[in-house]
Amino acid sequence: MLKNIIGLLAGLLFGLGLLVSGMTDPVKVQGFLDIFGAWDISLALVMGGGLIVAFFGVRLAKRQQSSWIGTPIDMPSKTVINKKLLIGAMLFGIGWGLVGICPGPGIVLLGTGQWQAYVFIPAMIIGMLVYQWLEPKLG
Amino acid sequence: MLGVATVILLLGIGRIAGISGIFSSLLKPKRVEMWQVLFILGLIISPLLYQLARPLPEVAISSSLPLLIGAGLLVGFGTRLGSGCTSGHGICGNARLSPRSLAATVTFMLFGIVTVYIGRHVLGLL
Repeated sequence: MLKNIIGLLAGLLFGLGLLVSGMTDPVKVQGFLDIFGAWDISLALVMGGGLIVAFFGVRLAKRQQSSWIGTPIDMPSKTVINKKLLIGAMLFGIGWGLVGICPGPGIVLLGTGQWQAYVFIPAMIIGMLVYQWLEPKLG
Repeated sequence: MLGVATVILLLGIGRIAGISGIFSSLLKPKRVEMWQVLFILGLIISPLLYQLARPLPEVAISSSLPLLIGAGLLVGFGTRLGSGCTSGHGICGNARLSPRSLAATVTFMLFGIVTVYIGRHVLGLL
């Protein structure tokens, strides 16, 4: 039960953070990616800020035996940098650049009623399902 | 706030705040966990909470259907193939000093930049 409350809380906070920092606004996102145009550094500051706080969180996590609710702290263990990672990142980057929306902001935008989110997110779901379907064949 | 939310999830229940991963779990109904559903719900409801304090920020999103659909497909497929997005790799992975996440972050940033450059300054589409 506590696990669920923490999940909900984290989602609310993350969403608010995205809204407050302007990351749900493609103008700001594409403004950051537009390094040759009118460059908007905001995204770097937001990501950097999140990263720094998370960095200290990770340090704390490593010292804890388990999470607050007693479950193991589940950190990914893969280290190999392979084609899937890089090609995936490339495709994601291209999609991100095209409209300036990534999963988090996209989902938050659903809650704002922006119609574009109701096109983007279903397409995103289809993309994810296509991968899920292909996954066993990709090895 | 993003950092704090990430830390709460990590220390609180021991899981990574990677949105693409959490969201894609919802597409596997047999294995999805309730906290993941609630996390996504939290994201969706957050604008309602926001509006208690002030009106929602004005945002300008492309109205091009082909772009929206194409971008959605690429983001959906790419985040699964690459195991993460700006939150999972960009914030969490780099906070863990993961070489995979650094490589992924540099890559998607690079291609995001190139895409905007070509789309905006070469093709005049974006």
